[in-house]
Order: sequence, then C-alpha cells, then structure tokens
Amino acid sequence: MNNPLHFFSALLLGTVLLTASCKEERKLPIYGVRDTKEVAKADGFTVDTIYQTIPDFKFLNQDSVMITNDQFKDKIYVADFFFTSCTSICPIMHKNMKTLFQDFKSNPDVMFLSHTIDFKYDKPSVLKKYAQKLDVYDPKWQFVYGPKDSIYTIAEKSYLVAVQVDSNDREGYVHQGFLVLIDKDRRIRGAYDGTNPEQVEQLRKDIPVLLDEYKK
Amino acid sequence: MRKLTILFLTILIFSGMFYSCQTAETIQQDAYYVNGRDLYINHCQNCHGTKGEGLGELIPPLTDSVFMKTNKQKLACYIKNGVSEKLTVHGKVYEGKMEPLNLATIDLAQVIVYITNGFGHQQGMYTTEQVTTDLGNCK
Repeated sequence: MNNPLHFFSALLLGTVLLTASCKEERKLPIYGVRDTKEVAKADGFTVDTIYQTIPDFKFLNQDSVMITNDQFKDKIYVADFFFTSCTSICPIMHKNMKTLFQDFKSNPDVMFLSHTIDFKYDKPSVLKKYAQKLDVYDPKWQFVYGPKDSIYTIAEKSYLVAVQVDSNDREGYVHQGFLVLIDKDRRIRGAYDGTNPEQVEQLRKDIPVLLDEYKK
Repeated sequence: MRKLTILFLTILIFSGMFYSCQTAETIQQDAYYVNGRDLYINHCQNCHGTKGEGLGELIPPLTDSVFMKTNKQKLACYIKNGVSEKLTVHGKVYEGKMEPLNLATIDLAQVIVYITNGFGHQQGMYTTEQVTTDLGNCK
C-alpha cells in the first residue's frame, strides 16, 4: 500500500462491494388486520403471525360457471369492483387494467378478477358481452357476479374496498376504484388507485416483485 | 446569397403579418377550443380517452372524421340527451348507452368546437346559435 492510488482503489472497491451486499431486495408489505397465535414447540412456545386472508368465495363467472378460490390457486391476482353501466371511474380503471392484462398475458401465474356490484343488471351474460367488447374475454380475466351480500361483504371486509348502493347517485352505486393485489397465500399485498396512471405503473412494477418472492 | 436572405426575411415578415391578422372569428374559435378542452377533460375524457381513442368496442372513439362530419348536427343532442341508439364508428357498431349530460348552450358549443377540431379534425367554428337550432331538431 505504498502507492496512494492503490490504497484508494482498494477503498473504492471495498465500498462498492459493501453497498452491493447490503442492498436488500424490495419486498411488498402485507396489509390487513393481524393476529397472533402461540404454537407449541419442543422447547417451549413460539408466536406466529396470522395475516388477514381472502376467505373462500363462490361466484358465477362470465361463462355462468361457478368459480371458487381454486381458480386462483398458486396465482397472484389483481381484484377490483365495478359495474358495466358505470361511466364515472370504471372505463378508465378498466382501460388501465387492460394494459396490465396485456403485459402479463403470457405469465401463467398472474390473473385478474373483476366483481360486479350491480347485482340487478350485470348477470353473467352481460359480463360476457362486456369482456368481449373490452377485448379481454379470456380465462385469465374473470368477471364475477354474486348476490349483493356476498359481493359487498367480501369487498369491504376482505379486499378493503368501499362499495355501496346510493339512490342519490345518478348511476345508483358508488365505489372506490382500487386495484387490489393478492398473493398466492391469499394475502393483500397492495392497493392501487386504478384511475391514477402513476399508481397503475407502480402496480406494473410490483407484480414482478411479488412473483420473485415465490421463485426461491 | 444576400438576395436569398432578403427574400427569406420578406416572406417571414409577410407570413408574420398574415398570422397576426387573425379574424375575430378565429380568435373566438380558439377561445372556444381551449375552454372546450377543459370541459372535455372534466366530462368526457374518462370514457373517450385523452386522444379520443374510446375503449374497445364499449366506447366509440371520436376520431372518425366522416362520422363527425356527417353527424355534426346531432352532436349537441347526443351530449345533452345521451345516446341509446346504435352508432357505427370506423365501421364498428357500438350499442352501449351514453348518459345524458346537462351542459349549458355555451358549454355545448365549446366542447363541440374542441371535439370537431381536435383529434385530427378541422371543422371550424360552431356557435351557440347553431347549438340552439340543432337542439330544436333532436329526435
């Protein structure tokens, strides 16, 4: 280390290596209410975290087929709530969601799930027509119809999206335009405003990050 | 070379004069266009898109010049009363509904100036008098 140049280059190299090794992989947070559970182990007790998960569901899809969580087994998926006659936030939401659908079309691990909140009008046949016209009629993007109770409960309790019937509103329903990202363990990993292009771009970046978690 | 420069400068001055002598009507049309764009962003863009591109086969685009020209007299009715008839745009049939949008006459004129002069169209001015006439002929 007589030559100061050598010393500095060694220092530089060391710093670079150190920062590179310290760089942690980005991981998406886990949302929802948490609970803890004590688990018995050989040497006493340990505490496990119980995360909030999407419960079992059963809805009719655009082909009038009853689908359940099994459809989304070992998939991550993007869920939202809409109705076909909505002209406020839904068109822009689905326009953005369609770009995501096209980007991840070839990835078998990614799916999309749109729930209608118009339980009076949006029967499966209406949903099928809607999907065809949006040019996303594909098993990868499920459009589901269910009774008011189950759809509204799963929206508010599980996906944490506010929806309600509002007779004062011109279209009869009000709802939030979130795109909710669900992982393979049914946990919420993100909620993005589907009408906001920046947040949709964030979701586009977050989907591969979430997929990476399952690669190991 | 000097001659060329002089020629160039003369052309520049004349074209400058020409453009600064815009008629009162073009100035009004520009004002309508700018206000119409704000109205479009607030009321129409969510469905019809920033470039008037529409959405799949659900929402028709506003880029069909032939449609916009032949249906110009109906545009005010479409916007104010909504649409429930089938429309053929760019050769595709759209059967979705458009909700009525209760705009004032001046707003209708402005937004129509915007959509018939933006998105690649050039149909010129559309006055409030024309709006009143066209609304009287709504079906």
